[in-house]
Amino acid sequence: MLELQNLSFQVSDDTARHKEIIKDVSLTFGDHAFIAITGPNGGGKSTLAKLIMGIEQPTSGRILFNGRDITKMNITQRADLGISFAFQQPVRFKGLKVKDLITLAAGSKVKLSGACDYLSKVGLCARDYIGRDVDASLSGGELKRIEIATIIARNTPLSVFDEPEAGIDLWSFNNLIQVFEEMHRESDNSLIIISHQERILNIADEIVVLSEGSVQARGRREDILPDLLKGTESCKFFQ
Amino acid sequence: MDEIQKNLLEQVAGLHEMPAGAYNIRANGRSTDRVTTAHIDIVTKEDKQGIDIVIKPGTKNESVHIPVVLSQSGLTEMVYNDFYVGDDCDVTIVAGCGIHNSGDSDSRHDGIHTFYIGKNSHVKYVEKHYGSGDGRGSRIMNPETVVEVGENSFMEMETVQIKGVDSTRRSTRAKLADGARLVVTEKLMTHGAQTAETSFHVDLDGKDSSANIISRSVARDDSRQLFLSKINGNSRCKGHSECDGIIMDRAVISAVPEITAADLDAELIHEAAIGKIAGEQLVKLMTLGLTEAEAEAQIVNGFLK
Repeated sequence: MLELQNLSFQVSDDTARHKEIIKDVSLTFGDHAFIAITGPNGGGKSTLAKLIMGIEQPTSGRILFNGRDITKMNITQRADLGISFAFQQPVRFKGLKVKDLITLAAGSKVKLSGACDYLSKVGLCARDYIGRDVDASLSGGELKRIEIATIIARNTPLSVFDEPEAGIDLWSFNNLIQVFEEMHRESDNSLIIISHQERILNIADEIVVLSEGSVQARGRREDILPDLLKGTESCKFFQ
Repeated sequence: MDEIQKNLLEQVAGLHEMPAGAYNIRANGRSTDRVTTAHIDIVTKEDKQGIDIVIKPGTKNESVHIPVVLSQSGLTEMVYNDFYVGDDCDVTIVAGCGIHNSGDSDSRHDGIHTFYIGKNSHVKYVEKHYGSGDGRGSRIMNPETVVEVGENSFMEMETVQIKGVDSTRRSTRAKLADGARLVVTEKLMTHGAQTAETSFHVDLDGKDSSANIISRSVARDDSRQLFLSKINGNSRCKGHSECDGIIMDRAVISAVPEITAADLDAELIHEAAIGKIAGEQLVKLMTLGLTEAEAEAQIVNGFLK
């Protein structure tokens, strides 16, 4: 379904020194995959997610989606092909309402009741939120749940979530786990979730450990997770 | 009334047919239709162009429409409309001006609207400006609004100018008595080589008076905008002004807010933010499948909605 071939991404700092954020990463994910990508902060996880969506362009390497080379495609083209992206820090808009965002995500076919269903799935009382502006009047946690609702509404073959747990309270977190499990169970779509949370890694089929821009480990959850948890009792083991 | 005038009327007053309640329609420099009610009288001024709108005390849930349309190229007019709103009223006043200019001479409407609002009244005032026509002559509108808000009264003002006005200089002056409130929401978009200047001067003279001035504007192409707001807190009062501008292309927006507190219990705030559309907003909408141009249109439309 998704193939990353020798993907690299470099940035230049003020002194024109090159820093390699992603170093020659090659990964292949099959259909109906549920992948968690984890690793220390600054290890390149978010950058890799942005490269998949086309928000960043790789310095070298190729990305194939269902056998098609999408490396040169822009964000809109990739969205049209069926890739969705949930931001770690969702964007605020002055003048766009929650209903507008959900409608744009679902396409013009969505009805008000349908839009409400998506919000209910992320634990928001639709009646209270559907008419609100997606602006500074919403808390970080509310915004995050609305962001996830837009991804559910899109219902695309691939959804990439960049740290969905960030800014979400404990109650919502339980809800979030259920949302991911349901998305995986009820469709053939694939999920890639960037996460530090053991409970999210625990529901993924596969785990990729990314550190200093390279794949340190990759495999089935039951093979990778025990090693990751060694020597820590905290559920948030990669800070 | 011809089709062009009917279209202008629809744009500025949302009217497909004659409105309910009182109205006065001014087309090409003269009143063409007028209806008064038992509570609302409209009288032509004798010393100058314009009308007096007299709303009796206790008038509730009534409306007055006074749209102006100009379709004759080269017409220039200066109109004085005075509103006398009695005590204990709750009324909606819809004004607005539409100019269609398909000729080479400038068409211009200058209007001075003066409101004398009594005690304990609520006035909602809606004003839309619109220009059309492809002539080389400019469409120029210079509205001036002067408001005296009486004790415990509330003036709510919504102004919209989205399309087709080449040059505008808008001035709003208000004086508030004890417990009076003023809320102004302004939506402005300029394009091409248009210029727009909007200025507010509010005197919060009364105890516990308050004013909230909210301006949202978008400037595209080579257009220029200037936002001036001056709030004077002369008593125990609350004043807030907010100018939020999006610039695109080669446009220029200036915001000059000024607040003066002349009383220890005056609380005044001004906010001004001007910038291009945030890149992350475009990216978010593009991840939902919109093209960059569609995302931009969505953001601008939402901002001015």
